[in-house]
Amino acid sequence: MSLTLEVRGLRTHFFTRAGVVKAVDDVSFSVARGRVLGLVGESGSGKSVTGFSIIGLVDPPGRIVSGEILFRGRDLTRLPEEEMRQLRGNRIAMIFQDPMMTLNPVLRIDTQMIETVLAHAKVSREEARARARDALGMVGIPSPEERLSAYPHQFSGGMRQRVAIAIALLHRPDLIIADEPTTALDVTIQGQILAEVQKLAAETGTSLIWITHDLSVVAGLADEIAVMYAGKVVEHGEVSAVLDSPLHPYTAGLIGSVPSRNARGARLKQIPGMTPSLLNLPPGCAFRSRCDRASPACEADPPMRELAPGRNARCIHPLLPAEA
Amino acid sequence: MSTTTAPPPRVETPLRRFAAEFAESRIAVGGLVVFVLIALGALFAPWITPQNPYDLMQIDIMDGRQPPGTSGGAGFTFWLGTDDQGRDMFSAILYGLRISLLVGAGSALIAAMVGASLGLIAAYAGGRTDSAIMRLVDLQLSFPAILVALMILAFLGKGILNVVLALVIVEWAYYARTVRGSALVERRREYIEAAHCLALPTHRILFRHLLPNCLPPLIVVATMQVARAIALEATLSFLGLGVPITEPSLGLLIANGYQYMLSGHYWISFYPGIALLITIVSINLVGDHLRDVLNPRLKR
Amino acid sequence: MTVYLLRRLFQAFGVVVAMSVLVFVGVYGIGNPVDILISPDADQMERERAIRALGLDRPLWEQYVWFVANALQGDLGRSFAYNEPALQLILQRMPATLELAFAAMILAVAIGLPLGLYAGLHPHSPASKAIMAGSILGFSLPTFWVGLMLIMLFAVHLGWLPSNGRGATAEFLGVQWSFLTANGLAHLAMPAFNLALFKISLVIRLTRAGVREAMLMDYVKFARAKGLSPRRVTFVHVLKNILIPVVTVTGLELGGTIAFSVVTETVFSWPGMGKLIIDSINRLDRPVMVAYLMIIVLMFVVINLLVDILYTVLDPRVRIEGKAA
Repeated sequence: MSLTLEVRGLRTHFFTRAGVVKAVDDVSFSVARGRVLGLVGESGSGKSVTGFSIIGLVDPPGRIVSGEILFRGRDLTRLPEEEMRQLRGNRIAMIFQDPMMTLNPVLRIDTQMIETVLAHAKVSREEARARARDALGMVGIPSPEERLSAYPHQFSGGMRQRVAIAIALLHRPDLIIADEPTTALDVTIQGQILAEVQKLAAETGTSLIWITHDLSVVAGLADEIAVMYAGKVVEHGEVSAVLDSPLHPYTAGLIGSVPSRNARGARLKQIPGMTPSLLNLPPGCAFRSRCDRASPACEADPPMRELAPGRNARCIHPLLPAEA
Repeated sequence: MSTTTAPPPRVETPLRRFAAEFAESRIAVGGLVVFVLIALGALFAPWITPQNPYDLMQIDIMDGRQPPGTSGGAGFTFWLGTDDQGRDMFSAILYGLRISLLVGAGSALIAAMVGASLGLIAAYAGGRTDSAIMRLVDLQLSFPAILVALMILAFLGKGILNVVLALVIVEWAYYARTVRGSALVERRREYIEAAHCLALPTHRILFRHLLPNCLPPLIVVATMQVARAIALEATLSFLGLGVPITEPSLGLLIANGYQYMLSGHYWISFYPGIALLITIVSINLVGDHLRDVLNPRLKR
Repeated sequence: MTVYLLRRLFQAFGVVVAMSVLVFVGVYGIGNPVDILISPDADQMERERAIRALGLDRPLWEQYVWFVANALQGDLGRSFAYNEPALQLILQRMPATLELAFAAMILAVAIGLPLGLYAGLHPHSPASKAIMAGSILGFSLPTFWVGLMLIMLFAVHLGWLPSNGRGATAEFLGVQWSFLTANGLAHLAMPAFNLALFKISLVIRLTRAGVREAMLMDYVKFARAKGLSPRRVTFVHVLKNILIPVVTVTGLELGGTIAFSVVTETVFSWPGMGKLIIDSINRLDRPVMVAYLMIIVLMFVVINLLVDILYTVLDPRVRIEGKAA
């Protein structure tokens, strides 16, 4: 099984005036060709920064401090900016959270699509336009030829996200990073987009990193799941295994918070407390202040351990399968 | 990304926090220090200056147009030179600053009172009163200040009071717009509701409850407007429409020196200009930073 | 769009009417109209005859109607100093002022936009800090004093540029222009730069703020994620969004520039409307003052209207909403 992406020990820190924010702190995972990885966590857990680190768009005061991002064997952290630019939108594409904000409001759809084609392929404008039209058709936009000359504000949110997806698919990339692309959409549209992306990824052999805070999205879409908390991956494994019997108390808490999984009338479980500030985070397990299994031993950094075949978690007191 | 900082342990009053945040910018603190020095210099001009430049007994036409650094007959050095009448420019500048600052600060203060009151009334009364006042504001703001001031002075004639009046007419609209904007937001808050329930008189609600909460943006606008007023007064005086020759401001000093500049007596115009420049820049530096500190939208 | 345009036209008309009332009250209410409309040299008999002939014994509203009727026929009185119709006098000087104002606006955008763009893209570089400090200076420096310093440096000290007048002019479209001759351009350079100084600072600040805001927008990040070259991101995605406010404000400032040319024209003895109005005020040539004011009002209203239309053309969002209305 060939790996599209392998992230090893990635640390992305933000050097603010108030101190260092360790947004991503020692994150490792890999994505095989054609597979879907769900990157799950609350807001501020570092999942989006991980995505931006991979595509090389971490803006100052943030920067990748250490670690490797191997994309088809090449370390992206060492790549010159110009070579990185040639990969972006071409071999690695990204879809953003808010479709209302991702398209430039003053440029027509065709301009924004054609420029993407021309940035990476030596083709004529007509050819580029034809590719743009085909891509729009592929993501299910009716009468794509006419819609090409429209402005973004003439589209609904769902349609705009389809345009963004079409742009991401223009060069049939090896990897798409989708940063909560359905959170801003209606539930019905969400479902359509999910199905569409799943189909397209399968057809083109594209690997997918799906960043979300919504476990129910991951359940139906991903092959593997990595749960992030306070800049670290706390649990990693096959999606069904993790959801059925989480090892890390935080994962268990997340699953418990999903309303649909609880019986009607039963009290919704919740994780007490708040996500800690990443600024000057003390050492040790970041979850221990909210964890009912915490002990003094948790004040030392728990290492990532393989607790079952293909199952990793960063916890000293992991849940036993029966407890979940 | 959460970047909330833990609050410092000592007790924080709003004023102390404001002072601490203001002190963060060294440039702004520098501006404030310079401005305070200038204001003190202007205030105590009669005790600081080596001569009273408008006491004819103290000036000697024989000292006319001396370059900076020459010693005069009166026994002191003209560090900034003299004008055509033999006036010490340093003394003339400090006396000129008094007029400039008086006109600038005075007009800003009156305009702030008029504008803030109208802004409050507009926001509080709403409806027709509001739209009538705001129409007037829009109309006023759509014409450049210099033009309006020019016309008012053209019809009224020179004089310090006329200049102040013209500046007030030019400036009130900025305050009205600012105060109305924040008052509209504050009006919906609970404490105003509470004041209504207590059946407090309207003027008390307006000026005791609403106004103090609209102060931060008002202070920012006022700071900037003082600088603007000083510059505008100087411009009007330079054009010969501002203060009379008997009470020369910096602008008039510059205008007087203008004719000697082409013959190489640069200092008569140059130094009053530098004084004007330092005054305006120092106020603007303070105002620029005040806006950053007091604007909640820019808070990290 | 038509509805929108009509509404704007109606508003513009309202402003003109309101201003004509203000001017009327200013001239006829505050000042003594006899002084304004009758030469101060006239004797008592002549004055009384004139008062009756001019209808100054009539009620104020009747006088206003009469004032408007004359104004509509292009009669805004005769200048005492030149003994010419005031309107004609001003129109003769207008090209010089417009030339100066447009040259200043072009300079403002040509200098301000690149500097603002740079400062916005590299907010922490020393050069950007210098640019921003310069822009505070540009805001703070009184125009007339900068003008004097420019003359001192370039005319008196270095002797590179002439200090006053329009220089040689050439005819184009039946009007004399300075920018068509080398000598005229040399005369235009300093006053135009002087007048532009404030606008340069304004354009720098607007552009910088716009760039910094745009750089944080998802659409810019998305454009970068598409692998576009930095140049295309900056000059297409960022710049096109910034142009809207910059063009609007620059356009709106045209009126202010024309008004402010009063100062520059006085400093550089530029023979435009501004110099004329200062001379007229000093000579108490009030018909010229009134005519100038009315023309400026009209000019402002037209400029504001044009900027609104331009804005609509530039921003597709406004364009569509206008169509829907």
